[in-house]
Amino acid sequence: MNAPAYNFAYLDEQTKRMIRRAILKAISIPGYQVPFASREMPMPYGWGTGGVQVTAAILGPQDVLKVIDQGSDDTTNAISIRKFFAKTAGVATTTATEEATVIQTRHRIPETGLHENQVLVYQVPIPEPLRFLEPRETETRRMHALAEYGLMHVKLYEDIARFGHIATAYAYPVKVNARYVMDPSPTPKFDNPKMDNCPALQLFGAGREKRIYAIPPYTQVVSLDFEDHPFEPYRFNAPCALCAAENSYLDEVVTDDKGGRMFVCSDTDYCEGRQAAGHHGSLSAAPYKERAQGESNG
Amino acid sequence: MTTIAELPPGFADKVLSAQSTFRSVMDAMARPGLVQRIVPMAGTPGPMMRGTAAIALTLFDHDTPLWLDARMSESFDVVKWLKFHTGAPVVQDSSIAAFALIADGLALPPLERFALGSSEYPDRSTTLILQVDSLDAGRAFELHGPGIDGVATLQAAIRPADLFERLRVNEALFPRGIDVVLVADEAVVAIPRTTRVVNKGS
Repeated sequence: MNAPAYNFAYLDEQTKRMIRRAILKAISIPGYQVPFASREMPMPYGWGTGGVQVTAAILGPQDVLKVIDQGSDDTTNAISIRKFFAKTAGVATTTATEEATVIQTRHRIPETGLHENQVLVYQVPIPEPLRFLEPRETETRRMHALAEYGLMHVKLYEDIARFGHIATAYAYPVKVNARYVMDPSPTPKFDNPKMDNCPALQLFGAGREKRIYAIPPYTQVVSLDFEDHPFEPYRFNAPCALCAAENSYLDEVVTDDKGGRMFVCSDTDYCEGRQAAGHHGSLSAAPYKERAQGESNG
Repeated sequence: MTTIAELPPGFADKVLSAQSTFRSVMDAMARPGLVQRIVPMAGTPGPMMRGTAAIALTLFDHDTPLWLDARMSESFDVVKWLKFHTGAPVVQDSSIAAFALIADGLALPPLERFALGSSEYPDRSTTLILQVDSLDAGRAFELHGPGIDGVATLQAAIRPADLFERLRVNEALFPRGIDVVLVADEAVVAIPRTTRVVNKGS
């Protein structure tokens, strides 16, 4: 046999032990970023090396894995990570949110409500919510130690002063269990309310920045805001063009060079499920669906 | 004198047993008060319970200084078994321990003697692994905090009896603090530093 033999789920056991210990501390201190000795993975930084290491440390042969990238099961990043674990761990994979026990995600939380037997693993590029306000790690660490988060409120206030509303649309800062301000990774702020009191365990892995953090199930997660400028999730004011959903997060898709566009659910599994259940939007014969030449547009 | 050949064994399948044990401990930590079962079997030297042995094989290595209470450390088997299977250094100074193994809860030292972490690095704290008599019968404790949907009821026979009173230091110290894993044979319950006792039954 010439193929290199990898350990189950790729990582060696000593690395898994180190990551597992970090995960336990992350769960016991919700929202606190635990440093860990991130390893090089067979994919570049920015492709989810942190999430992959967390998934590799928790994954077992009984697990059913789902991987999404911006809500989609079918993008390069999602497919390659799913195949990576199908190959190195031999786990079953799925695109159905309800069937999955471990869901690794880049920048979305599934629309379908999560349940207690699930773990949501986020890929995080920059775990430190204060990093763009204060570049020094020593200082941000002290700010977290003292729960000194005035600077973050000033940033949100400056949004209001400049734009009349809080213009932060993604990676919207949250406070976890009334203590740590945390970066929810670049999820749209539409998803922030789903983190609050979620029945599933949420784990966050940042590979390049070498941090792991967590939100235990049923934990309070509050999006920072002001009394007179309360937090508001943002969504394009349109139904999904494929499944007519009125309450899902939408992607804008440019369809021609004359200003034509369509809005579709970013969560492909949710959208396909709704279409299978008989919900149809204005463009449900989706433009990407292949059609033989001469066939009517029906 | 015990030779290596006479030591109780480790996991039959190191990789998958450690994964299964970790998931039980992770679920326990994520859902405080809920009893999780550890399925994989390993040998149990001296006073060490099955759950404790499995946790040791799953989480301990050369990076985790261990502190053993008197009943654990006086067992030659425990010390040798830990050394052979995990390689973790056993330390006398409990304030630098990553994990502490407690077989005799009545002799549990004051919690301040363990590492509580610093304000900047609250994760650098000792995780207590405390062996108790039972996690399905005994006094009822009502717990709340992150990981618990409302209130969780834990029935347990725990020594020391005032463990939860002692753990109230976690309230004042947070985010510093002590995380506890209770083990009764193959059952585990975790009490992370965020968990509070609402009221105690009789």
